[in-house]
Amino acid sequence: MSTTPFPFLTVLVLIPAVGAAVVALIPRQRVAGWTHEAVGIAVSLVTLAVAVTVLVRFKTHFAGYQFISDHIWAKSLGIHWSLGMDGISLFLVMMAAILFPLTLLGARAKRDPRSFVAWVLLLEAACLGSFVSLDLILFFLFFELTLVPTYFIIGGWGYARRGYAAIKFFIYTFAGSAFLLVGMVAVAFLHQSQTGVLTFELPALMHTHLSGTAGVLLFVAFTAAFAVKAPIFPFHTWSPVAYTEAPTAGSVLLASVMAKLGTYGIIRFDLNLFPQATRTLTPVLLTLAVIGILYGAVVACAQRDLKRLVAFSSLAQLGFIVLGTFALTSQGLTGAVIQMVNHGLIIAALFLVIGWLYERRKSWQANELKGLQWSAPVMAGVFTVVMLASIGVPGLNGFIGEFLILSGTFIVHRWWAVAATFGIIIAALYLLWAYQQVFHGEPTERDKTTRDLAWSERLIIAPLIILIVFLGVYPKPVLDRITPSVNQLIAHVDQATHTHQPPVATGQSASTAASGSDSGSTPGAGGAR
Amino acid sequence: MLHLTYLIILLPLVGFAVQVLFGRRLGDPAAGAVATIFVGASFIVSVGVFFKLLTVHGAVRSFTQNLWTWIPVGGMQIHAGLYVDPLSMTMVLFVTGISALIHLYSIGYMKGDRDYPKFFLYLNLFVASMLILVLGNNLLVTYVGWEGVGTCSYLLVAFWFTRETAAVAGKKAFIYNRIGDAGFIAAAFLTFDKVGSLDYSVIFANVGKIGNANITAICLLLMVGVAAKSAQIPLFPWLADAMEGPTPVSALIHAATMVTAGVYLLCRVNPLLHASPDAAWIVALIGAATAFVAATIACAQNDIKKVLAYSTVSQLGYMVLAIGAGAYEAAIFLMVAHAFFKGLLFLGSGSVIHGLHDEQDLKRMGNLRVYMPVTFVTFGIGWLAIAGVPPLSGFWAKGDVLENAWAAHPALWVVGIFTALLTAYYMSRLTGLAFFGQDRWKNKVAIDADADADADMPDAHHAGGPIPEPHESKWVMTVPLIVLAVLAAAGGVMAFVTPHLSLARWVDPVFSGSLYDDHETTSTIWKLSTLDAVVAVIGVFIGLRLWITRADRPKLEWAFLRHSWYFNEIFDAIIGRPGARLAQFSSTVIEDKVIDGAVDGTGMLVRRTGMALRRVQTGYVRNYALWIVVGIVALFGFMLTRMWWA
Repeated sequence: MSTTPFPFLTVLVLIPAVGAAVVALIPRQRVAGWTHEAVGIAVSLVTLAVAVTVLVRFKTHFAGYQFISDHIWAKSLGIHWSLGMDGISLFLVMMAAILFPLTLLGARAKRDPRSFVAWVLLLEAACLGSFVSLDLILFFLFFELTLVPTYFIIGGWGYARRGYAAIKFFIYTFAGSAFLLVGMVAVAFLHQSQTGVLTFELPALMHTHLSGTAGVLLFVAFTAAFAVKAPIFPFHTWSPVAYTEAPTAGSVLLASVMAKLGTYGIIRFDLNLFPQATRTLTPVLLTLAVIGILYGAVVACAQRDLKRLVAFSSLAQLGFIVLGTFALTSQGLTGAVIQMVNHGLIIAALFLVIGWLYERRKSWQANELKGLQWSAPVMAGVFTVVMLASIGVPGLNGFIGEFLILSGTFIVHRWWAVAATFGIIIAALYLLWAYQQVFHGEPTERDKTTRDLAWSERLIIAPLIILIVFLGVYPKPVLDRITPSVNQLIAHVDQATHTHQPPVATGQSASTAASGSDSGSTPGAGGAR
Repeated sequence: MLHLTYLIILLPLVGFAVQVLFGRRLGDPAAGAVATIFVGASFIVSVGVFFKLLTVHGAVRSFTQNLWTWIPVGGMQIHAGLYVDPLSMTMVLFVTGISALIHLYSIGYMKGDRDYPKFFLYLNLFVASMLILVLGNNLLVTYVGWEGVGTCSYLLVAFWFTRETAAVAGKKAFIYNRIGDAGFIAAAFLTFDKVGSLDYSVIFANVGKIGNANITAICLLLMVGVAAKSAQIPLFPWLADAMEGPTPVSALIHAATMVTAGVYLLCRVNPLLHASPDAAWIVALIGAATAFVAATIACAQNDIKKVLAYSTVSQLGYMVLAIGAGAYEAAIFLMVAHAFFKGLLFLGSGSVIHGLHDEQDLKRMGNLRVYMPVTFVTFGIGWLAIAGVPPLSGFWAKGDVLENAWAAHPALWVVGIFTALLTAYYMSRLTGLAFFGQDRWKNKVAIDADADADADMPDAHHAGGPIPEPHESKWVMTVPLIVLAVLAAAGGVMAFVTPHLSLARWVDPVFSGSLYDDHETTSTIWKLSTLDAVVAVIGVFIGLRLWITRADRPKLEWAFLRHSWYFNEIFDAIIGRPGARLAQFSSTVIEDKVIDGAVDGTGMLVRRTGMALRRVQTGYVRNYALWIVVGIVALFGFMLTRMWWA
């Protein structure tokens, strides 16, 4: 087990947490109005700097956990402050670290910036903590901690039905989490009964022997929490109302970062702890994923409210992530991981632009906006790029994940992949419809006077656009870091369930048989160079 | 020189980047000039690569350039790689060449447009995408270009976005193509599953291992993509609507280049198609049916661009028919010749539309040969070429296709020759209405008062009043016309320059040598060719005879044909409306009432219970919700403990 001299991950989690406390303690009257926001942005940028340092120091071809911090926290209960990162969590941390400062910059609070910034920073700490926790209880604490700031952000700065949205979100996700806690305790006790050691550390618990039924029940308990959080069909109904009623910052962070806690939890905990049950329940999850893809897309087609439309498109996108996960192939799971990052970037950009649109027009009803490309060509251009990325046009990031997920699923569960492929057709339908309603058509006088994106807004969205293009054209650096950890995880599942990967997933098929014809040779006959 | 292949793509891409960053500052006409220069430079590099390739000797002249590793995951290693061989080189040459000409033309055509720089931005991006499509060395790189051109097509069709019809047409084009894309990508999945690679070279080296059923499946899935991109039955209706785009776009994308991508793809994967006679037959049948159906529709359209659009569909049908018959060379020959004469016809129609101040209704044209002589002469060459009058390029190219159709099955030939008659007829009808007859544009009210027919036509800007006197276009517009006219006239020489230099000889090695034989004896070919020529002349004669004298012959313009065999209406009835209903039902009933209803219902239940227990509890609904959860959890925990102690 490698130890790093400097506890990067602990620092990564503590900076925003301390920052939140500092912001909360800066008195409101004595300082200039922008002080809290400035401090908050500075804190999140420092966090980003730490994350970038971690990225640079990350060992590319190492599959296991890196930057491990392991301290006993509550000895009698076997709870550790155990942090670690591998290729699966690395880019989720990066995504979160990038999106929080952009959110603070691009989606500012209308009132009481002090509390708002403090809550956002606390949320950042909780999200980052969730992504790097290797102790089940620690994860659970961070996972639950995300609820509190989110509840207050929705309830405090949201729109008309914010109260209903916040309560629904809180109770629904909290109900899911309760199962998770019981499941975690049960796993630890089972492990204790087998080894005599009470611990909540994932690396130890992943070798717990579970009977078939126990595994399935525990899997269901864990997945209940993650399925609500993601959300996975049919546990999603809190999300359209929460995304719609939340302020822009809330929508961005809920959909881009917090949703990934659910899918990340499935990959990190379900697959590691319950490989048998994962295999057993694969058909169920694949089916829910495909229903989510198609259902989310179909319902999105009927939405007239842009935020609701994006919420349902998100349901479809998360279906793809779940599909890739349960394909349990190198391509599928790697695709799921990178798609979590891609979806986070895309939906953050979508909600930011919709938020800016709302600031200008006080509406996100598609039928109240028309021909905005006339007066706001830059906004239209940004929306176009993000929309195309979301549809999965190759050359942009959304395609990479979608392609890997579908091809990785196709080689093992052909018909699920085929059904899901229809989802990519419908995805074009609703997004292009939305674009046509809002940006095409004959603009009214009001539309003609709508301001285009200001320079500050262009600078905020630019990093997202650059990442969307970069990850679509050259995803190799990201894939190279994700794949080793994914392969290790799949090997763990395969070993526990005595299954084997299909030859194409590992490259042992006709392509190696035909290695004589390298890429320089020609179709048909032999060729000249 | 060969290693500079990447420049062919990079140059228009840089042009695109320049337009993104500085387009607005460059403005009109500098932005157009810059865009044209980048595409022209790409053409020059292509010519250089072509001549270098000519000096390469071997069974197949080819060159592969791997640029970077794109998607490496486990057994899947996909590279951003380029592949140059006679087939891709032929495509690159005519794509860059015609693109450069149409860029030049657009400088004049788009003059004064509000979004002038944006037009060239899209146009450059399109050229880059199209070149990625033809140069890709694996299915996925081809797919990048495939979706890239589709996206640019969407952006350009909807270019005049304030027009609702343009916005709808752009969306329609994208969605039809998206259906095709799904087929294409599914073919890629199946290929990867069976071969473990998407590189063309690896796939073709392993054709024997894929299995016949799988090969047929792959071919038919690709054919779904082809049907969308190259506007074949049943996915062709988007192309007519795509005429909402500016005319240079119609010429470049919807006639000369993008729509031939499907034909190119089928040529590229010829070893697969060769291994699956079943798939080849279906391809041939779809091609023949498309050629015929589209030609009948073209006979009854009044919008000059829609006639040309359906004509394009019909010609693409010929190409697909040729591929199905195994005559890849004939398909490529027609593709190149078609790019010349159809590009020419569209640009000519653009000149007409421009000269008539945005009038597109044939019934409001007439006698334009007097006012627009250059346009008339060049357009006339295009007209006779597509009609198949010897010795223009269309005669040779179409003749090649028809001979091979005859060799494959006489029934295919019958459909083909009848379509040729229709082609000569509808093109002569168009020419007669536009360039001969009376100056109908002087009239106050359109002769054609059939509102039904005009329902789907873009708003004529002069409905009612007379149109100012037409004028000839400027040199930036007429020069491309003249160049294309020369090519359309003389394109036939590609077939028989010297035995050493003909197009067929040049591309033949790509097709494994064994596919294309001279199926027929010389005397049969002579007979068939003579028949082609006779049919063409008859068609021209009938068309001119009928339509110069009168512009109004409702008996020859059936509603059935004017409405494109009701394909749009059928799609709307079986997919569009039920789909919309399904979406509404899912949203309002399943989502709101069933799924969310269950959730809120649980909440209500808790609340009611809370009310009942109010005396012994605090009364906070949230607390009750929590208690219920705790109860469920306790139950769950109890079950678990029972299990592991049991």
